[in-house]
Amino acid sequence: MTWSATARGAHQPDNTAFTQQRLPAWQPLLSASIALPLFFCAGLAFIGLGLGLFYSSNGIKELEYDYTGNPGTGNCSACALADRDRAPPLRCSCSWYFSLPELFPGPVYLYYELTNFYQNNRRYSVSRDDTQLSGLPSALRHPANECAPYQRRASGLPIAPCGAIANSLFNDSFSLWHQRQPGGPYVEVPLDRTGIAWWTDCHVKFRNPPLVNGSLALAFRGTAPPPNWPRPVYELSPDPNNTGFINQDFVVWMRTAALPTFRKLYARIRQGNYSTGLPRGAYLVNITYNYPVRAFGGHKLIVFSNISWMGGKNPFLGIAYLVVGSLCILMGFVMLVVYIRYQDQNDEDEDEE
Amino acid sequence: MLSVFCSGEVVCEPPNNKLDRFSGTLYWKESKFPLSNQNMLLRGCVLRNTEWCFGLVVFAGPDTKLMQNSGRTKFKRTSIDRLMNTLVLWIFGFLVCMGVILAIGNAIWEHEVGMRFQAYLPWDEAVDSAFFSGFLSFWSYIIILNTVVPISLYVSVEVIRLGHSYFINWDKKMFCMKKRTPAEARTTTLNEELGQVEYVFSDKTGTLTQNIMVFSKCSISGRSYGDVLDVLGHKAELGQKPEPVDFSFNPLADNKFLFWDPTLLEAVKMGDPHTHEFFRLLSLCHTVMSEEKNEGELYYKAQSPDEGALVTAARNFGFVFRSRTPKTITVHEMGTAVTYQLLAILDFNNIRKRMSVIVRNPEGRIRLYCKGADTILLDRLHPCPQELLSTTTDHLNEYAGEGLRTLVLAYKDLDEEYYGEWAQRRLRASLARDSREDRLASVYEEVESDMVLLGATAIEDKLQQGVPETIALLTLANIKIWVLTGDKQETAVNIGYSCKMLTDDMTEVFIVTGHTVLEVREELRKAREKMLDSPHAVGNGFTCSEKRSARLTSVLEAVAGEYALVINGHSLAHALEADMELEFLETACACKAVICCRVTPLQKAQVVELVKKHKKAVTLAIGDGANDVSMIKTAHIGVGISGQEGIQAVLASDYSFSQFKFLQRLLLVHGRWSYLRMCKFLCYFFYKNFAFTMVHFWFGFFCGFSAQTVYDQYFITLYNIVYTSLPVLAMGVFDQDVPEQRSMEYPKLYEPGQLNLLFNKREFFICIAQGIYTSVLMFFIPYGVFAEATRDDGTQLADYQSFAVTVATSLVIVVSVQIGLDTGYWTAINHFFIWGSLAIYFAILFAMHSNGLFDMFPNQFRFVGNAQNTLAQPTVWLTITLTTVVCIMPVVAFRFLKLSLKPDLSDTVRYTQLVRKKQKAQHRCLRRVGRTSSRRSGYAFSHQEGFGELIMSGKNMRLSSLALASFTTRSSSSWIESLRRKKSDSAGSPSGGADKPLKG
Repeated sequence: MTWSATARGAHQPDNTAFTQQRLPAWQPLLSASIALPLFFCAGLAFIGLGLGLFYSSNGIKELEYDYTGNPGTGNCSACALADRDRAPPLRCSCSWYFSLPELFPGPVYLYYELTNFYQNNRRYSVSRDDTQLSGLPSALRHPANECAPYQRRASGLPIAPCGAIANSLFNDSFSLWHQRQPGGPYVEVPLDRTGIAWWTDCHVKFRNPPLVNGSLALAFRGTAPPPNWPRPVYELSPDPNNTGFINQDFVVWMRTAALPTFRKLYARIRQGNYSTGLPRGAYLVNITYNYPVRAFGGHKLIVFSNISWMGGKNPFLGIAYLVVGSLCILMGFVMLVVYIRYQDQNDEDEDEE
Repeated sequence: MLSVFCSGEVVCEPPNNKLDRFSGTLYWKESKFPLSNQNMLLRGCVLRNTEWCFGLVVFAGPDTKLMQNSGRTKFKRTSIDRLMNTLVLWIFGFLVCMGVILAIGNAIWEHEVGMRFQAYLPWDEAVDSAFFSGFLSFWSYIIILNTVVPISLYVSVEVIRLGHSYFINWDKKMFCMKKRTPAEARTTTLNEELGQVEYVFSDKTGTLTQNIMVFSKCSISGRSYGDVLDVLGHKAELGQKPEPVDFSFNPLADNKFLFWDPTLLEAVKMGDPHTHEFFRLLSLCHTVMSEEKNEGELYYKAQSPDEGALVTAARNFGFVFRSRTPKTITVHEMGTAVTYQLLAILDFNNIRKRMSVIVRNPEGRIRLYCKGADTILLDRLHPCPQELLSTTTDHLNEYAGEGLRTLVLAYKDLDEEYYGEWAQRRLRASLARDSREDRLASVYEEVESDMVLLGATAIEDKLQQGVPETIALLTLANIKIWVLTGDKQETAVNIGYSCKMLTDDMTEVFIVTGHTVLEVREELRKAREKMLDSPHAVGNGFTCSEKRSARLTSVLEAVAGEYALVINGHSLAHALEADMELEFLETACACKAVICCRVTPLQKAQVVELVKKHKKAVTLAIGDGANDVSMIKTAHIGVGISGQEGIQAVLASDYSFSQFKFLQRLLLVHGRWSYLRMCKFLCYFFYKNFAFTMVHFWFGFFCGFSAQTVYDQYFITLYNIVYTSLPVLAMGVFDQDVPEQRSMEYPKLYEPGQLNLLFNKREFFICIAQGIYTSVLMFFIPYGVFAEATRDDGTQLADYQSFAVTVATSLVIVVSVQIGLDTGYWTAINHFFIWGSLAIYFAILFAMHSNGLFDMFPNQFRFVGNAQNTLAQPTVWLTITLTTVVCIMPVVAFRFLKLSLKPDLSDTVRYTQLVRKKQKAQHRCLRRVGRTSSRRSGYAFSHQEGFGELIMSGKNMRLSSLALASFTTRSSSSWIESLRRKKSDSAGSPSGGADKPLKG
């Protein structure tokens, strides 16, 4: 007994709620008064939301055109044929004529869509150097190894911007022309090419290297453009605030897509007469066809769309909400029936006792 | 003297584990001396009443009989552990399968698409074919998907077990105030198995009983004494005992002796001749030795505690046994010393079940005093008034019904002439060459007849506190209790009755005592036949015969009547042989209670092993002494009773506490909770890992099987460690389904553990399925939404980083809601961990995506600005909500329906508790077993024959004390352990052959 008293320091255990496992606790039970209202409320809320989503999605207008140029589909097939075995740059133009019977309400957004393009492939999406893109001068001339094989040119010059993503920059360009009166001249619709990327991307993630003697071109001296590029990065746009790494087309492209079919914003139409939308009339999209996609079975589309509070056209969300809401209600009814039947039984059992 | 012995030689049997047998021969000076068990002292014995003795060590170390009885120490693991290992292996196989599928996918993709996509994404230099690319992608996927193999599972499981062990150590209700010993979980690896125990093997002495005998009642010439009466003369209820009887008139009284009925003392003081004769008998007819260190300080050394109790009772009532010599006994009768001449001791043995002394009192009258079993003694009484006989019998039945050990006392006057003649015959019989025993027995039988009934005594073999209640409760929890004891059959059966294992309601108690294989087999067969033939057997009696022909096992499991089996050590030895063990097991398992008596420590272990091997059930052994060590080591869980004299059982045990009654709390509360928590924990753990990892698998089909992860690398690192570990740990440590008092009230709550219902392969697959279901929704709902979505400012939404953040956020929310559903007991800690995990997720998310970190390490924190941009979108939140609801609602609906249609007992208990806060006590499952009359003999006497002879011979009688060597099982050091070490050290040393001669 002395052994147990000394060797184990046999003081009485503390009488606290913690040691005695008596902590005050909330013990929820999935009772009918919780579960049934939960299901009905969730169901109703979902159906309500679903209806809202469905109608706002339906209210969105979309206009899309596949200009890949597969044989016999419009006048881009000539360019498509040419793209078979060409080396850039090739300047091929084609156009898409369409007419709007009524106003296409604004603001209207112009997207390009690529299909079967695996921007989410791991090897593709790592092939970039964010340090270089953030404008660090040391990284500019020493691109990261992930960029290989687009890390350095054969001449040994470092590539800026390096990597497969940058190299595969989408370089088709579009211009939109509006024919106000039938037979009249086509007037160019102004396309706003800014404000198409996230603010954080343009101002934090992507930055040009510090200017040398006030010149961006000098800052990029000693680097080479990616092999596919016809011109260096500092000449992407004549606008000094939209060129170099912070060129918004480039920034948009560099934000890689999650899925092999993706849409990227090309321009916003919001200036002048077109701020309320595209008025009725005949239109023409002039396409500079540079970007080859037929080799891997991809498609290129041009899309006009407007948006609502929840973004672009998205029928999936509305339908999913409606379906789930209905299922909740249905399940709620099943549970209610089961509950009523079995509660009666339980009550009887208790009475018998 | 030692040098004289140098020429001696001992030839003996090889080392074995039979404690009660030894055969050998001592050759010394051309003469042979047979050596038997009588000449042996076993290791651990304490030599009493002598200052010294000569001995010869025959076996030492691992060769000793006691060491031969100790089993091997095995590493114990729980069944859940083993299952977990299997499952982890399966999961590993599953991982490889996924890797192969995705690798094949990659090879096909690279061949069909990737090859033609090379203008934008050329293959790596080393990769020359789609096949090789697939091979590389296999390894990439093994790395990415490895989170499906729960590596942190083992650590978490250990943490939870540690927590449970601490709860056991801290439990105030398992702290013994008297001995100041807390319960102790000596191992942290077996906790959840405590919730699955089906068989409890218990030692008797020191575990069920306190090994204290108390003289509790007696019947003297038709009047019963000893009932505790209140003032009005009614039988008092427990707990309101009046003052004990005051023995201060007697200076020699033992003040530890308590008696509650003052009328007996009054009768003694009044000088009632029957009462005086009664106590005189008790003070004369025994084999106790007395020791008086100082005047008036008497110490009795009794071979059995029963005798000690009887002599002490006589002492306190004024008949003090003072001292004895081989020829005399001195007794202080009511203050005056009287010396009786001891003429003969007719010793006790198992067949006679009685002992007598023949004494001549100072007046010269010769009288025989006899005490013994009622069944034997009542037949050899002088025809006396029928009334006295029947009242005494009634009293005896009453005592037996209370589980007391009874003895009947009688005396007989002998005349000088007859005695002289009888003594001659006895002498002749004792000198007879052949069948000496039988002759002596018949001579004894002749004189022990026509005796006059004096009365009866009832001794209480004091049970430990709360033993019957504990056993009743454990039985209700479907735990089968087997008592394995070294005690005699009568003693064991008696204890069986007093702790309510055996009841009179039982259909039959089978007693197997056969000495040969055939007898045992026959007895077992008969027992089985009886069980099958009884009208109680199953409801559908007519199918019985068919079943019986098919296979006995299945039928016996379904026997409805209550049976009990008592089996003796020597029968057990046969029953445990390979060809009979299954028969024995079948029979024993069909019985409600099993008592094995006279078993050796090794047999205890064998019985445990037998059940372990064939029943696939979790066994628990509980004991307090060194003789229980092997059983404790063999059973899945060993429990030691601590705070007693020895610590060997405790040292070998996995759990220890100081009272048997704590077992119910250990099993029904701690064990049950541990099992429940562990199962819930495992289910959730597998679920969350599958839900997390399988998303990569689905994404593989949309990213060219390029081993692209869905989540940010930091999320993958932190998911298991930070975002989801603590809530599930808190659940694993703190969860409770019903409060502790309910698990005592409804012992049936224990059953899911025994049936292994809460976590088995089926449950595992359900968890996995739920995990995979979640992962499918987790990927495809965002996929559906993102495929064409744009943000509310017109820019692209479906970029990879936003997708990653959306899926990760919905995953964290879904698994948090799921743990919320699984947690049944929300303490402040659970709240803190669950809400804290969510909060920390968002905090880390925003920190990782902040500008500051990007400015420092642009390549490490590529997700800059993502959190605020993505999570500001209503579409994203709509997606997260949708995913959460779709993942959780089916679970809620399923649980609700299960609660309504097929509720578990625990659900019902919780529900009723919720509805009626004030639970009526109607569900009390403990039934008080009221047994008023029993036709059972409560006779029990726990000592062996041979001591009468020793006393009469005067051999070894030195200074009126006797060398009484008794084998004690409790020695105070852990010599077994130290021996074990030595054994391994000396393994290489040479040792003799089988019959090795030992030179002195």
